[in-house]
Amino acid sequence: MFSMKEHLMVDSLEEGYDLLIKNKNNIILGGSSFLRLGNKNINLGIDLSNLDLDYIREDEENIEIGPMTTLRTLETNSILKTNFNGVVSRSVEEIVGIQLRAVATIGGTVGSKYGFSDLITALMTLDTYVELYKGGIISLEEHMSREKVEKDIVVKIIIKKDNRKSYFIAMRNSKSDYAILNCGVSKTENNYKIVVGARPGRAITNIIANDELLDNNLKEKINELIEKIKFGTNMRGSKEYRKLIAKVLVERAIKKLEIL
Amino acid sequence: MEIKLKINGIIKDLTIKDGEYLQKALQKIGYLNVRKACETGSCGVCTVLLDGTPTLSCSTLAIRGVGKDIRTLEGEKVEVEKFAKVLTSEGADQCGYCSPGFTLTVIAMKRELSSPTIEDIKHYLTGNLCRCTGYMGQLRAVKKYMEVK
Repeated sequence: MFSMKEHLMVDSLEEGYDLLIKNKNNIILGGSSFLRLGNKNINLGIDLSNLDLDYIREDEENIEIGPMTTLRTLETNSILKTNFNGVVSRSVEEIVGIQLRAVATIGGTVGSKYGFSDLITALMTLDTYVELYKGGIISLEEHMSREKVEKDIVVKIIIKKDNRKSYFIAMRNSKSDYAILNCGVSKTENNYKIVVGARPGRAITNIIANDELLDNNLKEKINELIEKIKFGTNMRGSKEYRKLIAKVLVERAIKKLEIL
Repeated sequence: MEIKLKINGIIKDLTIKDGEYLQKALQKIGYLNVRKACETGSCGVCTVLLDGTPTLSCSTLAIRGVGKDIRTLEGEKVEVEKFAKVLTSEGADQCGYCSPGFTLTVIAMKRELSSPTIEDIKHYLTGNLCRCTGYMGQLRAVKKYMEVK
């Protein structure tokens, strides 16, 4: 169990950021549901709950999601259910139960770069960007691939509305458990974007040109792709098992995309 | 830290530690049916309604309850009695430890979903684990309750 010396609801992002960089044990709080499973010694828990950062809105080009938006809101929101075949909503609907999804937030998930995340995998199949308070707007892929970064605050998640089709699939030992492996595939005019997550490491993206992935070489191409990905072993599954499952899930996702 | 929480329609003064979760805060002031169980956010036993939404009190910081309408079993007496009748008539209650959280989730589901299918019901209740009943009795009871006007 973690310990927290002080908790503070801040009045602005500026105040939150100034406090964040003051001490290495100051952190931004997301939903705080996963926090309890660790044993961090937190000096100051910075709470953004009063900053109206719980929203999902769209214009002609983008969908914007506030970092304090809960996974339950992502699951039930009509904008997300109707765009990209509802891939974002579907990716969160098997995460534990609705009570936990009412607590966990998108900012907490993306900010923490959780390797087990279903949501991040689904977001990475899309043209998604993360707006950081100091770091500006960067692609989600870049955000996920940065190993060591300056402390910052996730201010917004931005998804470009490019009408792509996308599909998410995960394998679990039992319903509501963490995924052993998850996979998302999207298709644009020229490319397939294939994302594999819960490896158990962070999700990674591969791009394959549409004309490289034909029916007669589908299995061969998928095998080639999966062999290049690094998998690991944890209590949910071995790296060998994950590799086998990944081939099946990627193939299923690609085939499913064709009939969507 | 001194806070005020609106619990079952009544404003209560509480003293909490920084980082304290709602489940502990509610137990301290006598809401004993807001129970501690898995403490990993998996079982749903500690469920309360926060502005009508089933929420894990073991994973929600107590301070985030400020300004919200918190409902425990005591605040939903009429619906609880209706559901308790069908639950017992279906033999779906055994040790009863999970019942408060389960009951609150069912009440919220009835308000949120107008005509749910069996799959909708199962999906809504995935986060409420029960180690006694095997769920079939509970499911029969929920179906009956959803039909009660």
